[in-house]
Amino acid sequence: MTEATQATLAEMLIVACAEAWRGDGEVLATGIGTVPRIAAGLAKLTHTPELMMTDGEAYLVEEPAPLGERASGFAGYMPYSRVFDLLWRGQRHAMVTPVQVDRWGQCNISVIGEFAKPKVQMLGVRGFPGNSINHANSMFLPNHGPRVLVEGEVDLVGSVGYKEERWPPGVKRDFVDLRQVITNLCIMDFNGPAKALRVISLHPGVSFDAVQAATGFPLVQAEELATTPLPSAEQLEIIARLDPGNWRSYVIKDNPPALREAA
Amino acid sequence: MALNKEMTAAEVVATLSNGMTLGVGGWGPRRKPMALIREILRSDLHDLTVVAYGGPEIGMLCAAGKVKKLVYGFVSLDKIPVEPWFRKAREAGGLEVSELDEGLLQWGLRAAAMRLPYLPTRVGLGTDVTTINPGFKTVTSPYDDGEVLLAMPAVKLDVALLHADAADHWGNTRLYSPDPFFDDLFARAAGRSYVSCERLYERLDLVASDTAKASLYERNLVAGVVHAPLGAHPTSCAPNYGWDMAHFKDYAAAAREDEGWARYCAQYLSGDEAAYQAAVGGADAIASLELPVL
Repeated sequence: MTEATQATLAEMLIVACAEAWRGDGEVLATGIGTVPRIAAGLAKLTHTPELMMTDGEAYLVEEPAPLGERASGFAGYMPYSRVFDLLWRGQRHAMVTPVQVDRWGQCNISVIGEFAKPKVQMLGVRGFPGNSINHANSMFLPNHGPRVLVEGEVDLVGSVGYKEERWPPGVKRDFVDLRQVITNLCIMDFNGPAKALRVISLHPGVSFDAVQAATGFPLVQAEELATTPLPSAEQLEIIARLDPGNWRSYVIKDNPPALREAA
Repeated sequence: MALNKEMTAAEVVATLSNGMTLGVGGWGPRRKPMALIREILRSDLHDLTVVAYGGPEIGMLCAAGKVKKLVYGFVSLDKIPVEPWFRKAREAGGLEVSELDEGLLQWGLRAAAMRLPYLPTRVGLGTDVTTINPGFKTVTSPYDDGEVLLAMPAVKLDVALLHADAADHWGNTRLYSPDPFFDDLFARAAGRSYVSCERLYERLDLVASDTAKASLYERNLVAGVVHAPLGAHPTSCAPNYGWDMAHFKDYAAAAREDEGWARYCAQYLSGDEAAYQAAVGGADAIASLELPVL
């Protein structure tokens, strides 16, 4: 058995998430949450060294800071005021984990239920409205299911998507750029007809039907459906270096292997 | 004749009145003027509109029944992602709120800081930000592009409450934290500002001349300075001390208890600031709280 076949699902997802930033050049790569953050570092240390990233606080770093450790050196300064300056120019690609996503790519992290008296008050819209109308965004969804990828519209639209009725005449949406959705079952993009979510890669041991059954709306299937690759030994070594505390093992319930048959 | 703007926290709160709009500097559980907030909690002020990148000050003011309306980019304790007393107040219903994109709040403060009625932006269009803020209107660019933009209304503050590393009697300040957040905009958006500080000097030019670049808003924005060492507790005050997550956990647990706020008040807020610091473990314990790794 090679190292790669012992990779966990979380590690395979980190590699898949890192691919979302491939070839982006000198944009600020912001991965929010354990897997996206490791993935941004992996992207910078492998295929896209031009990426910019922060220490998670106020500085730009060229050596991605391992989770739980302080950055080794600061290359530049990026307090929140400058994050806004930069993102309103569009030079950023964020990866986030919304609570709800709908067929139009609209996301919710604000409330479950009615806004006036929420069943659950969550984070609020935070930076989602500004991020989504200005720069590239991808999503990492560790629990692919119909409560996440919802049948109707999300309870509160925090980030913009491709729903026509949401766009008043004259509003510029040229900068809306929804890239990839990496879930625990598959990888999707928005290149289906009329920007529909389209499955482009299935993780080993997962069928399209299983993905569709776990989704609240109809999905498009890419003509050439790929199988998500396992991490290489080099990628696993970098992942371990970026996450010395193995926080990635807590992302997916029971930390299953990437090859489900091996379970 | 030298200026001396030194005040006590109680003197600051005595200048505030019911129904005022207060802006609070800092960011989530970071560099909040908590000694000033605690003085408000001890007062009979009510019906406040509070504007913030919110942390525990929002939850506490809600729990104490001080708030009529909240204007926020978020309300979070970071490792406790949703501020527990804010969540409780929201889920109970009846709280008037303006939930904003973080950058949109910055834009509204900037408009107020420049004495403009609004500033145009794309942020918020295409989302429910315009639904949950039904007063927001759009404008059409008068130029050839004719683009329709959101006119983010100015977020005007009566008073801003801020915390700084150092200040002097004239109202000069220093912020040494890696990220100063938007304290400068809160100060400029406000009719007047009060600054609590870790260290108070007569003249910063005599003791901290080399760090004048860390002075991010002018003294003519500052109406009063309050010497409140460790006054950001339980929030962090980098580079001086970290946030007190153990305290936040106890505070969050109180939100799940019957009469939890009364318990929190009795345990921590029944005396003055010295009694508060003793109740949370003493000044040495606060000063040695480690800065979080993010």
